[in-house]
Amino acid sequence: MPRMNMVQALNSAMDVMMARDENVVVFGEDVGYFGGVFRCTEGLQKKYGRDRAFDTPIAESGILAAAIGMGVYGLRPVVEIQFADYIYPATDQLVSTAARLRYRSAGAFTAPITVRSPCGGGIFGGQTHSQSPEAIFTHVCGLKTVIPSNPYDAKGLLISAIEDDDPVIFLEPKRIYNGPFDGHHDRPVIPWSEHPASEVPAGHYTVSLGQAACVRPGAEVTVLTYGTMVHVALAGAEEAGVDAEILDLRTLIPLDIETIVASVGKTGRCLIVHEATRTSGFGAELAALVQEHCFYALEAPIVRITGWDTPYPHALEWDYFPGPRRVAEGLKRVMAD
Amino acid sequence: MAQATEVRRRNKGRELSMSLEEFTKAYHDMLLIRRFEEKAGQLYGMGLIGGFCHLYIGQEAVVVGMLSAISEGDQVITSYRDHGHMLASGMDPRGVMSELTGRRDGYSHGKGGSMHMFSKARHFFGGHGIVGAQVSLGTGIAFSNWYRNNDRICLTFFGEGAANQGQVFESFNLAALLKLPVVYVIENNRYSMGTSVDRATTAKDLAHNGAAWGIPGAQADGMDVVAVKEAAEIAVAWCRAGKGPYLLEVKTYRYRGHSMSDPARYRTREEVQQMRAEHDCIEGARAKLLALGVEEAALKKIDDEVKRIIQDAADFAEKSPDPDPAELFTDVLKEDAAA
Repeated sequence: MPRMNMVQALNSAMDVMMARDENVVVFGEDVGYFGGVFRCTEGLQKKYGRDRAFDTPIAESGILAAAIGMGVYGLRPVVEIQFADYIYPATDQLVSTAARLRYRSAGAFTAPITVRSPCGGGIFGGQTHSQSPEAIFTHVCGLKTVIPSNPYDAKGLLISAIEDDDPVIFLEPKRIYNGPFDGHHDRPVIPWSEHPASEVPAGHYTVSLGQAACVRPGAEVTVLTYGTMVHVALAGAEEAGVDAEILDLRTLIPLDIETIVASVGKTGRCLIVHEATRTSGFGAELAALVQEHCFYALEAPIVRITGWDTPYPHALEWDYFPGPRRVAEGLKRVMAD
Repeated sequence: MAQATEVRRRNKGRELSMSLEEFTKAYHDMLLIRRFEEKAGQLYGMGLIGGFCHLYIGQEAVVVGMLSAISEGDQVITSYRDHGHMLASGMDPRGVMSELTGRRDGYSHGKGGSMHMFSKARHFFGGHGIVGAQVSLGTGIAFSNWYRNNDRICLTFFGEGAANQGQVFESFNLAALLKLPVVYVIENNRYSMGTSVDRATTAKDLAHNGAAWGIPGAQADGMDVVAVKEAAEIAVAWCRAGKGPYLLEVKTYRYRGHSMSDPARYRTREEVQQMRAEHDCIEGARAKLLALGVEEAALKKIDDEVKRIIQDAADFAEKSPDPDPAELFTDVLKEDAAA
């Protein structure tokens, strides 16, 4: 089986879908000729032509709005917003049109678009190239939100997203494009090729939206996390010496509540880890759900380890980033009671 | 109606339209930016600067020419390719370089980085990382000028890539409607990251982009500081007279990549070399100064002085301490203001 990093896996997903379905078109800023700022769309224009893989002006609102129009009339647009931090000009069309079209047309029309966008920090991007805005989108009913943590899932989830009839926000943690970063920024970079999830089938397969993955079975505490933080949580659990069960949520909406409830019901403890800021972050929703579903199984208060409630700083990046040390402290705290 | 687009091309035989003293200062200022950016590139290579770092090398004549036409108190705002604008605004190279290295003595205490720096004292309103965002902000600053009737104008810089953002056109409409004193300066360096201007728009002359709202537009050769200054003076006079916004498209070229990692597969090496060899703003100014009778020794003195300032800034930025980790939590809201 071929080995791929996340960039190659995402590229392969688009390639497979463009070959299978002529309604799939791929576009965005620097996406066509240049092949994408992170190279995710490299070669697609050459292979499928300028009608199907093309550049757009720098105008996110217009890009998204045009995609919705295309989707309404039968195409399956896969849009790249170059950084998740650039998505805000397009928020109006995402919230007011893409997310609500099905409801307000009683199902007659939908916006089957996939919006790919690199998110998260760890590359010294500063405040306009590092954000994790997933909770903004999970708050909007009518959108699905996906965040993969490895190449195999990235490809399978992206194919599912493209095949899905509703709008999907597909956030790609840019720090793990080329390797499974565990938060130890001072250690050598580990490439994906040494990770089992870099074995990616060349052809079509899917990973269903709404299914969490257990990346580490354990008995003492359940860790709910996604994206880059999956790898950080694994390192944190090892450093804390805690037998943690780590769930990679993979998709936030739809959420695999059954797997979460089964795990917390078993362990009786829950730690939530995300890179995004804390207040009204997706962790708050997870904590509420765990409380609603698992109150009588809980043996300790739920703990959240997140980014601080500050903009992402240029300096002090590793003070902001919730690394393995903070995760380990969180695990010890949730185990203390 | 908009007045006809006026192209001011480089004319080597033309008489100098600024005093020799002004021209020499322009040479100094352009060289200061060039050497600063070269040093920033070096420090990046040494790992002292991280993340995104957009160098202005090649475009120096634009900001130096534009700022030579404004008065103390006029405002300047730009995008993320902003180091040159800060130096030309009179900001301290030590503070700018320290922000690049993410240190305590940086203008934003290291928390802003290359793209996000400000100086109230020098009327510099940033440094903005979101493409096109500053165009609307500059329009708002111009509104404040208009509201206060303070005779100030706002120079609002953006690239030809940003020129396609919807909010740029929204700003044009508003500025024209209210006759706001804003000079929109499109620095057309031909490439928005990896996409050339002809792949991003069918507009041939971006100077016409405000025509629908009656905003006068002109073009200038951005590789010639004198040509930029002449065009800037007309634009600034128009705004200062209360006639409303003015759009200037300055044709320029960046020699380096968009940021520090740029495979540059979107243009040929020959194209870059040709621009450097035949149109470089600093070499052009230097040749003109010599032709005007300025001694080599005088130019060498300027070169040495610039070198000294830049080395001092680099040394300072390397020695400046990291920000205190507690700074992570300051200045989120007023209540968190730094002590």
